[in-house]
Amino acid sequence: MLTISNYVKAKTLEEAYELNQARSSRIMGGMMWMRLGNARVKTVIDLSDLGLDQIEESDNVIKIGAMCTLRQIEECEALKELYGDGIAESVRHIVGVQFRNQATVGGSIHGRFGFSDVLTAFLALDTFVELYNGGTIRLSEFVNRKPDKDILLSVIVRKSKRKFRYESIRQTKTDFPVIACSVVTGMVHGKETWYFSVGARPMKAALLEKQWEIPDHASEEMIAEYARQAASEFTYGTNMRGSAEYRRHLAEVLIRREMSSILAEGR
Amino acid sequence: MEIQFVLNQKQVTAEVGADTVLLDMLRDLGCKSVKCGCETTNCGLCTVWIDGKSRLSCSVLAASIAGHEVTTLEGVEKEAAEFGAFLAGEGAEQCGFCSPGFIMNVLAMFRELENPDIDEIKEYLAGNLCRCTGYMGQLRAIQKYMQAKAEQTKDQKRGEATA
Repeated sequence: MLTISNYVKAKTLEEAYELNQARSSRIMGGMMWMRLGNARVKTVIDLSDLGLDQIEESDNVIKIGAMCTLRQIEECEALKELYGDGIAESVRHIVGVQFRNQATVGGSIHGRFGFSDVLTAFLALDTFVELYNGGTIRLSEFVNRKPDKDILLSVIVRKSKRKFRYESIRQTKTDFPVIACSVVTGMVHGKETWYFSVGARPMKAALLEKQWEIPDHASEEMIAEYARQAASEFTYGTNMRGSAEYRRHLAEVLIRREMSSILAEGR
Repeated sequence: MEIQFVLNQKQVTAEVGADTVLLDMLRDLGCKSVKCGCETTNCGLCTVWIDGKSRLSCSVLAASIAGHEVTTLEGVEKEAAEFGAFLAGEGAEQCGFCSPGFIMNVLAMFRELENPDIDEIKEYLAGNLCRCTGYMGQLRAIQKYMQAKAEQTKDQKRGEATA
């Protein structure tokens, strides 16, 4: 059961950061996950008055405030224009509209949950996180950091000409995914580069980078071989939703489908 | 702590604890339509609107809604009754426990989507669980309600044109 002694709607980021340094303080996002835990929280800090609920687009980046909801990114035209339906696909299976109107991007990313679709999706893109004290760092670095008392302010996606696909498998609608995979490809420093992110293994999402030059007319067998190789470079675990071997097989299938889809569209 | 907010178009003041959830506060304020189902943000029974968006009141801290506008089924009674008649007509409820949350989300969907098709309806309502009906009656009710509304609008336009 969650008990909270004090609720504070922070007026400034400084205030939020100071309050959060106490061991028994917590920043609240959408409260979807924290609510289910067993914790005695002395002070819960609400960031909702700090203007972190906007998606800002500039020439080079899309900056998503930590308090933006999953529904906001699902409907974001700028993300759709860049990456098609990929981002929307990564969140649209998460429970229902009510849930996505409430769950925040910051909560999903900062939590680095093993089941996170959002983390899996953004990890494969050219993504950074902006921290109050820790500056701006790559999401791939943040993922492997130990949890600390810093505050995540925004998720920044660098605009680049990349193709993005996202797929996940669930045993039942609205459940956590058994496996989640995103595949991104584009030219990086003049070389064709493929990024694979696999989450819900059931560990938190991990990233794999490969400089593969794959022709558009690659055969199904060739794509299957690349997918097999990519999927084999991740580790998988077993839980009540599926075995490690089942997850590895699903990852291979999803990666193959995503690569085929990207190659069919042309890069 | 004392909070002020708008509940069903009326300014309200309430005394809440730091960990009181909106669901409990609303029921204490007499909005008994708001039901507690799973308490794990999965079933949609506790759906209310906050600033016009459907949310799960079981996971919203009551303290956080100070200054916001909350709408429950009691606040959209007429519209809810109108749609509820279609649910009843299709035999789309048995125990009826999920109906208030379901109706709130259906009405939110009508405000957000224009003429949603069957897939859009299913996707929008994925977060509303019903353990009695199997959903088919509910889908029929939604489609018939939309048809009736469309005909009503047509008749109104015809009436305006002839007037």
